[in-house]
Amino acid sequence: MATARFWRENPSRYNLKAIRCGNCGKVFFPPRAVCSVCHRKSIGKMECMNLKGEGEVYSFTVVHEAPSQLEMLKPYVVVMVKMDEGVMLTSQLLDTDPQEVKIGMRVRTTLRRIGEDGAGGVIYYGYKFAPIKA
Amino acid sequence: MREVAVIGIGGTKFGELWDTSFRDLGMQAGLAAVADAKLAAEDIDALYVGNMSAGRFIEQEHVAALIADYSGLARDHIPATRIEAAGASGGLAFRQGYLAVASGMHDIVVVGGAEKMTDVGDVLATEIQSSAADQQWEVVFGATLAALFAMIARRHMHEFGTTREQIAQVAVKNHKHGALNPNAQFQREIDLSTVLKAPWVAEPLGVFDCAPLSDGAAAVVLCSMDRARSYTTKPVRIIASTQASDTLALHSRTSITSFPATQVAAQKAFRLARKTPDQVQVAEVHDNFTIAEILAIEDLGFFPKGQGGKATMDGETTLGGKVVVNPSGGLKARGFPFGATGVAQVVELVQQLRGEAGKRQVPDASLGLAQNTGGTGATVVVSLLEVA
Repeated sequence: MATARFWRENPSRYNLKAIRCGNCGKVFFPPRAVCSVCHRKSIGKMECMNLKGEGEVYSFTVVHEAPSQLEMLKPYVVVMVKMDEGVMLTSQLLDTDPQEVKIGMRVRTTLRRIGEDGAGGVIYYGYKFAPIKA
Repeated sequence: MREVAVIGIGGTKFGELWDTSFRDLGMQAGLAAVADAKLAAEDIDALYVGNMSAGRFIEQEHVAALIADYSGLARDHIPATRIEAAGASGGLAFRQGYLAVASGMHDIVVVGGAEKMTDVGDVLATEIQSSAADQQWEVVFGATLAALFAMIARRHMHEFGTTREQIAQVAVKNHKHGALNPNAQFQREIDLSTVLKAPWVAEPLGVFDCAPLSDGAAAVVLCSMDRARSYTTKPVRIIASTQASDTLALHSRTSITSFPATQVAAQKAFRLARKTPDQVQVAEVHDNFTIAEILAIEDLGFFPKGQGGKATMDGETTLGGKVVVNPSGGLKARGFPFGATGVAQVVELVQQLRGEAGKRQVPDASLGLAQNTGGTGATVVVSLLEVA
């Protein structure tokens, strides 16, 4: 993926920049210009915010057939996480035995390397999840 | 709007067709459909081609003009249009062709679908498949299309108690059907333990839960109903063809155990056609993964939400059941050349409604449904066809 295409998304990938509709309160991640519920009423009322980074596992899988970029990681766990703000994110879950992952378990985001532009290219960072130890 | 009929069908075998190029696939399917309709080339007003990703598979864009050229249609300079909506490209091309005839703009239209997928390795082919999902917010984080459907399966099991065996039974049933289809990629039956013991792709889905990588093409000829009988004694009427969209990323939805786009398109189609799901005897649905067929048969209204797995295990969706789902073998056993699939579904329905489906014939089939999905349900096309 081209460098600029990655770089321009960094506010959301690094700091979980999201947006809340000032009309109905619905949160969107990544930010978008118009609320899909309120349409025109939301114009000019979308407010930037950062997600706090905590949520619970909504669904999960263990990936065994990986894209070439992630060949070295497999098998790895991918989760969909319902964040406390109500919006859902998809990424990998780290530091967990795949057999121990459960729907409903509490997780938080952590900044990690998510890819690179070829062997000698720019390294990309973004969020992955790790369990919140009770 | 005018009534529209299918008057010709054609298709290639699906599979790893190493000696056949993209342009040959498209041409073979198109010429077969035109011959079936007993048309002359000069009768054709327009060509629509469903294709997902020729640019990445064979580094060739502009493929509608290419197929028009090699089918001999470029001589007459007819409009040739490529349609893309990932796995729903073929179904969408069919709907565009239908609209063109229904509107009165064209009288006779050829709709083709083609994909040449085995010129690249399977890792790249799978990456191309995953580009139907959200590259920026799903795929770069490690989610493949299989991973997304695996998470749908996990959630369906969690919410409704659907079992791994019920999901696997979709593959067993579709291989059983594929064994009756001489054009299917896989014509061998498999048993449940084969599916359950296969290596994982993305847990809980294994190799036999995933449709294969395939080459292939399919084509149909559409004509206004009032002229259809001058070409064929067995026209099949299109009584509805509807389309719906949804969020590109699966995680942007409130629930992932149904595809609202399937529900919306199906409800609209049944309303337009004044039919109910109970009246459908044969359905071709988009089983790119086994779990997708379970979602489809629930979302289309054949079975209550959460009961699709049980219905499959109870034999309700095979020959002799309540509604025969994927008699062709589906994407799982017939094969899954992306852009060809939605058109191949229509070809199967027309064979069934003409009573020409051989060993897999659904007795007295008079109403058929096709459901074609792009990605994780961000595009869905539903079409209803009946004996005219």
